[in-house]
Amino acid sequence: MFLTYLRRELRRRRKAALVVASGLALGIALVIVVTSVTAGMQRAQDQVLGSLYGLGTDLTVTKARSAPADGERPERPTFDFDADEDGEEQSGERLVVQGLATLDAATVTTAAAQDGVARAAGGLSLTSISVDGQFRRGQVQQDDSSDGSATPPNGGPGGGGSGGPGGGSGGRVEGGGAAFGIDSFTVYGTDVTADGLGPLASSTLTEGRAFTKADTDAAVAVVDSGYAQQEKLAKGDKVTVGGTKFTVVGIATADSGQAAADVYLPLKRAQTLADAKDKITTVYVQAADSQQIGTLKTALTKKLPGTTVTSSADLADTVSGSLSTAASLAGTVGRWLSWTVLAAAFLVAGLLTTASVGRRVREFGTLKALGWRSGRVTRQIVGEAVVNGLIGGVLGIAVGLGAAYAITAAGPTLTAQLGSLGGGMGGGGMGGGMGRGPGGGSGAGAQSLDVALTAPVSATTLALAVGLAVAGGLVAGAFGGWRASRLRPADALRRVE
Amino acid sequence: MYRLSGVTKHYRRGKQTVAALDGVDLTLADGDRLVIQGPTGGGKSTLLQMLGGLDRPTSGTVELDGTDLAALPEARLTRVRAETIGFVFQSFNLIPTLTAQENVETALVPLGLRAADRRERAAEALASVGLGERVGHVPAELSGGQQQRVAIARALVKRPKVLLADEPTGNLDTATRDDIMELLDALWREHGLTFVMVTHDPALTRRADRLATLTGGSLALTENRADAS
Ligand SMILES: Nc1ncnc2c1ncn2[C@@H]1O[C@H](COP(=O)(O)OP(=O)(O)OP(=O)(O)O)[C@@H](O)[C@H]1O
Ligand SMILES: [Mg+2]
Repeated sequence: MFLTYLRRELRRRRKAALVVASGLALGIALVIVVTSVTAGMQRAQDQVLGSLYGLGTDLTVTKARSAPADGERPERPTFDFDADEDGEEQSGERLVVQGLATLDAATVTTAAAQDGVARAAGGLSLTSISVDGQFRRGQVQQDDSSDGSATPPNGGPGGGGSGGPGGGSGGRVEGGGAAFGIDSFTVYGTDVTADGLGPLASSTLTEGRAFTKADTDAAVAVVDSGYAQQEKLAKGDKVTVGGTKFTVVGIATADSGQAAADVYLPLKRAQTLADAKDKITTVYVQAADSQQIGTLKTALTKKLPGTTVTSSADLADTVSGSLSTAASLAGTVGRWLSWTVLAAAFLVAGLLTTASVGRRVREFGTLKALGWRSGRVTRQIVGEAVVNGLIGGVLGIAVGLGAAYAITAAGPTLTAQLGSLGGGMGGGGMGGGMGRGPGGGSGAGAQSLDVALTAPVSATTLALAVGLAVAGGLVAGAFGGWRASRLRPADALRRVE
Repeated sequence: MYRLSGVTKHYRRGKQTVAALDGVDLTLADGDRLVIQGPTGGGKSTLLQMLGGLDRPTSGTVELDGTDLAALPEARLTRVRAETIGFVFQSFNLIPTLTAQENVETALVPLGLRAADRRERAAEALASVGLGERVGHVPAELSGGQQQRVAIARALVKRPKVLLADEPTGNLDTATRDDIMELLDALWREHGLTFVMVTHDPALTRRADRLATLTGGSLALTENRADAS
């Protein structure tokens, strides 16, 4: 009888059921959308952080380059070109440590020995700057003034060359100059034994193979897919770094679209090329317990004085731009809004159910007069309300899934502005930025990253939605049941309409 | 059998107290038939509620087979209503969404019968009120007279000891009224019910063998001489 009665009520009072259900559906759909968008924001932020760190990395240890003391010249790459032959092609390449001061390779061992550290690996971030072009010798002309100064008409784009060679005495150099092209790309020395830890961990190998333990001293390279495309490199090609040819064994695609470097080399090779034996720029640390990262950070900072220990939480704090605005919006306004709408939906469902019980006083009073216990009447009302809630849940899940799918399909782009962290982050993907690398000391300016927003709906979210639907029904049923339980059967005889 | 003594029911309406029943004494033997008449507001419906265990008197006792309904806990009172008392109302009070068959079955639900037994007994009851073919219709698809027949089937399907009817023909035309009265009389005779009916209809009160008149909460009994024949 319970089911027959329930079915009949729902079928014959479809409209009333639908009103309650769609109210709940709205609230549930909103919760699904907000929850999934929030998850998408989280995923986007993780992606941004992952692109800097590599997945699996919980902390990094770096050392900021100290500001040059007064009168001391900041270290700059220097190029010495001979200008013997007029018009001869000249070129030079320098591999310089990018942005950071170096650390001893022993830092990795020290970090790894720390309690709570699962693994640690070192990496060396470099920039290759190459200059090539030609000089034209100035024409020496006899001149009375003979001041010996050379006045090149233009210094060339490099600024590194200093015009023509000094003029001879008693003459004037005319028309001397240099035309140089400057090219730079980033190189990352990677610990080939640290599988899954380090900058390559945020990239997926799309062709060839990754480094293996056997590659420690091999002339092999993994190239970022963006750089490979730009330079028309394929697996098996040679790429020249610091005058040495490396065989490309793998092409990696950065998960976030922003690679940590253009070319990855075995750490030892990179150290040799950069003349930085046993030096690294970054230690990647994986914590044994992801809940203990804060504690571990403190311990490592103490153990490694003079270094900067950065956690992803620190990084997250530096992320600004539309991503963080949207994330905080979803986190506050969205959540607040969806719970408010849901609470309102619960309330409305409850009031509508109460009103419907009010309209059915005679019906329930009659049933009580027939000897139905209050509990049986209440159960009937709660049953109806829960089914309404479930219908609302199904509608809400459908609408919510549709909206989440639409958001993912549209994939609005959010920009993450990564603030500086004292040069901490080893310079992920600063491709081509010539100005900042070698010259600037701290060298970690703002970096921006575009991430497409997704709205992933997890099983937990769906379970939450179903739970809310049932809860909504129960709340509505409780309102109605309370109303019905206060009903005196005598009312059945009184009510005439 | 019923034994009412000093039954008083006061309703409070704001500061005012209305005495719907004022010291009613009444004894009814099993199988008795009583017709109650009286001016509107006289307390007829209130008395029927006391008899049916739908409400409790402010004071006095309502004994049914030796049990005082006024003092019975709610759960036991519900049980008495479910097993012993059948109600018929002026406005039928059928569940609008249920079919005739299902409406009759609602009276059997508290008795904990098996679904098959319930169905069979409900169909029987509907057949006995002459509605054998209309079991699948909802109230809105039935005429007033047919609806009241369903309500009578619902009241009698549980095989109660007592049938209480509050103006059962009040919403019906005279032809239908006579049909329904004929049916009720036949059922009363057939089942040996104790039958109490409230009515305003002079045509019905004239026929009654025992007539009670409720005025301002006071009851006056008249034995109808026509009964002697
Ligand atoms: N729930 C209630 N609250 C307040 N007063 C009530 C209530 N129920 C009944 N009354 C009052 O009690 C008195 C008796 O009412 P009752 O319904 O028994 O009269 P009745 O004889 O059945 O009248 P009618 O012929 O119009 O049906 C009336 O004055 C009525 O207004
Ligand atoms: Mg009345």
